[in-house]
Amino acid sequence: MKRYVLRRVAAFAVTLLFVSALVFVVVRVLPGDPAALILGTEQNPETVARLRRSLGLDRPLVVQYVEWLSGAVRGDLGTSIQYDVPVGRLIVSRLPVTLPLTLLAGALMVAVALPLGVYAATRYRRTADYVAMIVSQLGIAVPSFWSGLLLILFFSVHLGWFRSGGFEGWSAGLWPGVRSLLLPAVALGFFQAAVLVRATRSAVLEVMREDFVRTARAKGLPERRVITLHTLRNALIPIITVVGLQLGQLMAGSIVLESVFALPGLGRLALVAINARDLPVVQGVTLFVAASIVSINFAVDLAYAFVDPRIKYDA
Amino acid sequence: MRRRPLRHVTFVLGLAVTLLLIVTAAVSLVYTPIDPLKMAATERLQGPSPAHPFGTDQYGRDLLSRVMAGARTSIAVGVIAVSIGAGLGVLLGLLSGWLGGWPDELFMRLVDAVQGFPAILSALLFSAVFSPGIVVSMIAIGVAFVPAFARLTRGSVLELRAREFVVAARALGAPDRRLLLRHILPNTLAPLIVQATTSFPVAILAEAALAYLGLGTQPPHPSWGLMLKEAQNFLSMNPWFAVFPGMAIAAAVLGLNLLGDGLRDLLDPKTT
Repeated sequence: MKRYVLRRVAAFAVTLLFVSALVFVVVRVLPGDPAALILGTEQNPETVARLRRSLGLDRPLVVQYVEWLSGAVRGDLGTSIQYDVPVGRLIVSRLPVTLPLTLLAGALMVAVALPLGVYAATRYRRTADYVAMIVSQLGIAVPSFWSGLLLILFFSVHLGWFRSGGFEGWSAGLWPGVRSLLLPAVALGFFQAAVLVRATRSAVLEVMREDFVRTARAKGLPERRVITLHTLRNALIPIITVVGLQLGQLMAGSIVLESVFALPGLGRLALVAINARDLPVVQGVTLFVAASIVSINFAVDLAYAFVDPRIKYDA
Repeated sequence: MRRRPLRHVTFVLGLAVTLLLIVTAAVSLVYTPIDPLKMAATERLQGPSPAHPFGTDQYGRDLLSRVMAGARTSIAVGVIAVSIGAGLGVLLGLLSGWLGGWPDELFMRLVDAVQGFPAILSALLFSAVFSPGIVVSMIAIGVAFVPAFARLTRGSVLELRAREFVVAARALGAPDRRLLLRHILPNTLAPLIVQATTSFPVAILAEAALAYLGLGTQPPHPSWGLMLKEAQNFLSMNPWFAVFPGMAIAAAVLGLNLLGDGLRDLLDPKTT
């Protein structure tokens, strides 16, 4: 077990190294001269040379990469050209929007998908199962940003229950903050719930065909106990894996929903930075989000091994 | 037992919607009710009418014509993005599974790293360096597909390389390239076709999202996502503006998903 964990940790470290290298190559190597890119039409040889020196772009690429990476490990992602503040501080300032939005959408996703998926499995090939599958197919087909627009149209424009955008902040209390994030979380969570319903249904159906479930039924256990105690508990392992993978997708999806609802999160930060050619911010945000997604995948991978004794530790 | 495709309801439904999408895109090349780029200041933000069945946008452009032309964009991005993902992913998967050892370990860690970049994130990164546009969205979406294709191919190679027909071909002196291209790759085609089909609707959704964010197709070219972005500012004045492009995306994705599910049932019954 210990050897397995160590191997996974080593693999995770290599993966993170690749993530950082990919970001570095795209931002620093592909454009040729990032200083000229940042300055755009305002460039002249003198200003380009000055910016190259101040950003350390006049040194060999390997040195630049090692310096940038060691800074990133310490939380130093450079300084924003647009705001003239550390990129790390900018990212931290936007997390109170992006993180709760992701978690709220994740919670809604699980709350909707888990009962619906289990119910569909217990009604396999009956009307309720078909209805659940049709609803999930529709959910997968509806883009989250479109459902976001429709939610604004109905709840903000017609009913006036919610503001059509913006973030009220957490300083006024929990509810104003949650109220600002509720519609985007519903739009985001509903789309991913549609995916999770299908995964839950498949996982539960698979376990329901196992011998131990048949034995539990043969012993005369009530169906509710068979489902909750025997089936769901064992089906949870693959479901948790899917949920973990979806958390990463939710984080990426929140970038789009932040735009729909004008929320000042990480996605908005990056989009504004692109228009301002603020490369350190784009570099920092993409590194942060990609590393977070890879970390979630790693945590799921590790949790899976702890929870499921069938995992071969020497694999 | 071989199942008959035309009796498979999911497959037939999916095929019908997909064909409708393709025909719409093809027809829009030669015919749209009105030029999708033609502006009419007196007909701005109209609701559905006989003259404009889907209404008009903020420049008075006919939405039906723009939705029809938008199908072209979606199909083009879908085809190219899936080709990029499949091309790179299959190559990486073949090499990884065949070589084994440390190259396999290294390639798989690279695949894990790429998995950290969903299409939207890659598009953000590329757009900071290159001008945002349809090419950026094609590449970003294609790169996001690489891990799925690579893992699928690698799994198939690992399974097939120990099979008797491959061992026999090797014993007869077949070189590695021949073993991979003539014996192993053709046997991985069925799951790869299913993967490509299920990736296509994901590409359409991603293209729409990127266009909505301003990172994909640029105005005045018609794209369903771009239309939704434009519609957002006029939700209270003409809600239909946001309804029809969204419905077009949902219908296309639904049809392609059904086609993918149907193909999976027909080609790869083990996974259903």
